[in-house]
Amino acid sequence: FVAGFGSLMQDVLWCFSQVKGTIDIGVTEADIISTVEFNHTGELLATGDKGGRVVIFQREQESKNQPHRRGEYNVYSTFQSHEPEFDYLKSLEIEEKINKIRWLPQQNAAYFLLSTNDKTVKLWKVSERDKRPEGYNLKDEDGRLRDPSMITMLRVPVLRPMDLMVEATPRRVFANAHTYHINSISVNSDYETYMSADDLRINLWNFEITNQSFNIVDIKPANMEELTEVITAAEFHPHHCNTFVYSSSKGTIRLCDMRTAALCDRHAKFFEEPEDPSNRSFFSEIISSISDVKFSHSGRYIMTRDYLTVKVWDLNMENRPIETYQVHDYLRSKLCSLYENDCIFDKFECVWNGSDSVIMTGSYNNFFRMFDRNTKRDVTLEASRENSKPRAILKPRKVCVGGKRRKDEISVDSLDFSKKILHTAWHPSENIIAVAATNNLYIFQDKVN
Amino acid sequence: MFVRGLKRKCFDGEEDIEGTLAGIKAIPSYNLQRQSLLDMSLVKLQLCHMLVEPNLCRSVLIANTVRQIQEEMTQDGTWQMINTQSTGQASLDRLVSTDILCRSSREQAEEKLVPNYGTFNKDFEGDQGQDSSETMSTASSVQAPRNLQGSVWEMENPQENKGNFQKSLDQIFETLENKSPNSVEDLFSEVDNSYYDLDTMLTGMMSNTKMGHCDGLETFSSPTSTASNSNCKSDLNELDHIVEILVES
Repeated sequence: FVAGFGSLMQDVLWCFSQVKGTIDIGVTEADIISTVEFNHTGELLATGDKGGRVVIFQREQESKNQPHRRGEYNVYSTFQSHEPEFDYLKSLEIEEKINKIRWLPQQNAAYFLLSTNDKTVKLWKVSERDKRPEGYNLKDEDGRLRDPSMITMLRVPVLRPMDLMVEATPRRVFANAHTYHINSISVNSDYETYMSADDLRINLWNFEITNQSFNIVDIKPANMEELTEVITAAEFHPHHCNTFVYSSSKGTIRLCDMRTAALCDRHAKFFEEPEDPSNRSFFSEIISSISDVKFSHSGRYIMTRDYLTVKVWDLNMENRPIETYQVHDYLRSKLCSLYENDCIFDKFECVWNGSDSVIMTGSYNNFFRMFDRNTKRDVTLEASRENSKPRAILKPRKVCVGGKRRKDEISVDSLDFSKKILHTAWHPSENIIAVAATNNLYIFQDKVN
Repeated sequence: MFVRGLKRKCFDGEEDIEGTLAGIKAIPSYNLQRQSLLDMSLVKLQLCHMLVEPNLCRSVLIANTVRQIQEEMTQDGTWQMINTQSTGQASLDRLVSTDILCRSSREQAEEKLVPNYGTFNKDFEGDQGQDSSETMSTASSVQAPRNLQGSVWEMENPQENKGNFQKSLDQIFETLENKSPNSVEDLFSEVDNSYYDLDTMLTGMMSNTKMGHCDGLETFSSPTSTASNSNCKSDLNELDHIVEILVES
């Protein structure tokens, strides 16, 4: 894979590139970004929000005239993916919030993505139209029918250029397969199937078939009173189309092989770290709940995010992770309050860079963290309007834990817990990252030398 | 995040207990806090969000926490202690501890830093709503052998079992209502008002007719008014209608 770019933390200086979204103090709930995802080439960047909308940004071609602009992302398409629904049987609303977007690899001129809310997955086709036919015989240019008796000669319609129009159309709707809330979707490497996971079940779909899906994991107990564990995330292996993993609220990861059985109730591998007795508290289980699981691009490792740490696991070693990174350990003594205000249930995501050498995840106060797996260095950066001058280099941030607070540091008690970075994305091959801060999308790039 | 001067003791893991004397004093404090945590957890599970389906993961984690506390309390023997004591010292302690938690989180709500995240905001707005029949049955089975908590949402032993716990909840509601109307509104000002008007929320809790386990909260009907629909979506009119029928019957 691409090696050597930005793999050493000290070589990478992150700069502000762009920010999307309004600056208003009052945030409309519908504008809160709920998912961010680059496509496989990094040319497109999609966001989903609580209002059920998808906005796709496209990277502009780099121009020799403005080399420093390094390909900015501009709005390419905006569409309403999901609408709020009402389940009349249960008297409950189904939120239109987009939980996840996943791109399909590009196979022709059009782009395809999957977007999902709590209950329904949709396949969207995004295509360009830049020509239109002109010169019909039976219609005039406005589309009105011409009087056939007035037609004296025939002509062949020709395609003429028109202003670029980007259309998004729903090609498939995969509905009615999930009783519980969908938390993950993952496209298989065979590009023919994908999976959707809710709290208790995982279903396998064929892209062409919307009226049925295969249930491949079911952890619903016969007696719901015995329920103590739920599925929190799931993902297919990037290369082996028979392999996938799913994580649980008890901090475990199961790797399953679909070749062994139709219902993958028996895992092929079970990853769990033994509990540290010295850290045990009533909150131990809650903070061990895994909020995100991601395969490395190589397929050799998986990364998991729980409330306080990010862990990297080697697929060949089940009994403990090979690396553990502390995201915000200073919160460990505040768990009681974080439980009280529900922040302890926040689900942070995590991402790999293109070469699997650096991992990134979000925190509070609009901070996000990067960990270099090779040098073991880490950095805390902030997504804020104050650091939003074009190409301004982001200054590392530091949280001070008690004692003397240095000038640039911020104390734990001053952190803003309403500003949380739950969703981030890393360009597949370059040092470009997208960070969702409530209703704003920040794009940072490494400094062009 | 914390109000200055208010010492909060989180009993996570290995907090130091400095010295024997402090250690002796810390033990009742630990019990107190553990009980507060239990009460808080039960409140979190109790409050029904009426419109959106609850977050199952969150409910399961909270229910597991409740189970853990109860197991520890059983081992301690403190569980028996609380069961046998009448509404005396123990429940008062619990009221006090709950109140401390409530007060400080309300004060937090007024601080600039986490305006959206006072306890009541989150609990009442129920953005992570609580109830599903399945979650409730999970929790109720956990508490089946424990008379005290079990029937918060089961009606089997209503009176004595509701008594202690509901006193805590009463305390919460009372302290809320004792505040001037303005501050109550401030409490909720950051929240999406169309859903989370206090009246609506309390109305919604009672009007969740599909869940028998919310019956335990019916005693709260008196302080609420079912009249204020002005902030509600039109869907809620139906629920109000149902409530009126129930209340009249």
